[in-house]
Amino acid sequence: MWIKLKKNWLKIATHVGSLAPLAVLIWDFYHNQLTFNPIQEATFRTGKTALVLLVLMLAVTPVNTIFSWRQVVPLRKWLGLYAFMYATIHFLIFVWLDYGLNLQLLQEAIFEKRYALVGFGAFLILLPLALTSTKGWMRRLGKTWKRLHRLVYLAALLVVIHFVWLVKSDIREPLIYGAIVGLLLLVRVPVIRKKISKLRSRMKRKRSERSRQEKPDLVMAAQK
Amino acid sequence: MTEIKSSEITPEHIYFSRRRFMKGIGTLAAGSLVLSGCGLGGSSSGGIEIDESELKVSVTADERGAALNSFESITNFNNFYEFTADKERVAKMAKDFVTSPWTVQVGGLVNNPKTYDLDDLARFSQQERVYRLRCVEGWSMVIPWLGFPLHELLKEVEPTSKAKYVRFETVYDPEQLPGQRSDWYTWPYVEGLRMDEAMNDLAILATGLYGTGLLPQNGAPVRLVVPWKYGFKSIKSIVKIDLVEEMPISLWMAAAPYEYGFYANVNPEVPHPRWSQATERRIGDPGRRATLPFNGYAEQVAYLYEDMDLRVYY
Repeated sequence: MWIKLKKNWLKIATHVGSLAPLAVLIWDFYHNQLTFNPIQEATFRTGKTALVLLVLMLAVTPVNTIFSWRQVVPLRKWLGLYAFMYATIHFLIFVWLDYGLNLQLLQEAIFEKRYALVGFGAFLILLPLALTSTKGWMRRLGKTWKRLHRLVYLAALLVVIHFVWLVKSDIREPLIYGAIVGLLLLVRVPVIRKKISKLRSRMKRKRSERSRQEKPDLVMAAQK
Repeated sequence: MTEIKSSEITPEHIYFSRRRFMKGIGTLAAGSLVLSGCGLGGSSSGGIEIDESELKVSVTADERGAALNSFESITNFNNFYEFTADKERVAKMAKDFVTSPWTVQVGGLVNNPKTYDLDDLARFSQQERVYRLRCVEGWSMVIPWLGFPLHELLKEVEPTSKAKYVRFETVYDPEQLPGQRSDWYTWPYVEGLRMDEAMNDLAILATGLYGTGLLPQNGAPVRLVVPWKYGFKSIKSIVKIDLVEEMPISLWMAAAPYEYGFYANVNPEVPHPRWSQATERRIGDPGRRATLPFNGYAEQVAYLYEDMDLRVYY
């Protein structure tokens, strides 16, 4: 049991960390702690959580290529699915709690509010990705699967634009998310990716050389 | 200068006997309604403590029958960027804001420039005005203000014939107002009204709400309230009022000229460039309600804009 826990701590942390915001949201809802504008607060929180999880998901591959920390790779799927879960709750709050499923109002809101349009676009992109996240679909789609799931880059960009467009004027916070997403996409560009891995192998070599040089010193020091 | 407590500016017994101006509300209730324990189901965010038995209003709804928002929600959900952009944290951060002594310098194109202290402001007839407040962000409240018509003050200083606009300025004090240390906006907060708008009886300078003096988060000690315009026009904690010839550039106009205009009249037909203004969320209510032209005050103010294209002059 303990060994299992130790082996899976990353996965456990991912599940607990991803579900915690939902638990807090439900708790706050039942204790009237969702501010005086609860629908807006719930919308903001679920949207922000979806974005953070999306960013973490995009960080998985770079973390693996830069630090060769292979254990994080299986987390990508879960982070993506949780991001989709929060996006779904976010979307349902908007159309259901906020607009009461009033189609006329919703149509107007989505076409007049370009931020809602890009947010909806991102959600529509995430939907097939979530549905095809299983091993079965991976096998069935073969090479197409990878191409299809690259759409998540577009979804992340749309989500950042969605955030930039909804703030009143001060776009510093959404721009920070934009910069992080941009950076995470940049390190995926083949040229940059190759440079990083070259740099990494050079550093590895240097480190091993140094440790080889240092060892005799240590032996000598011990002899003294 | 003697120190004046904010509670002394607006003696609660005064407003009660004053005339009411708003149509449709009907005669004043015979007794004031004392609110007790009316808060929104124990929100934990409440940073302020006030004896709720001091709160007094003569009505429980606006002239359209919409219930007043609770004192708790009005004083704990505030847009006041001089403190923070987080509406729920304003009350806490504004707790120790010093609003007395205070002066409002009224000058510019006037015959009788005058500096008003809190005593001077308290001498104007204090009236209860139940107004809807519609934020440009899409939420709204119903607030029982206490204040006096702006035109009463303007008449005292006698604007000259050259005066075309009124320019208002919020206190600039980065020591007390941490938000003003950020360069994102051009501080201090500035707002303006056209002369005829300023003379309209709906425009008031508020010094209180719910029968008690204003709290800092609501713009103490004195603020503008122009209910037919988006909330950001109702500038808070005013220290300067100038009569001017040129249209003032407000803080929001300077920040995003294509999104926030000088007029900023509530208008469901003219969407914000990035979002619709057709509906609003009334704080305390579930769901949404339709936004009304001029926030439901068309009868009193629509004449001011008769020949104007409100899509151009947003």
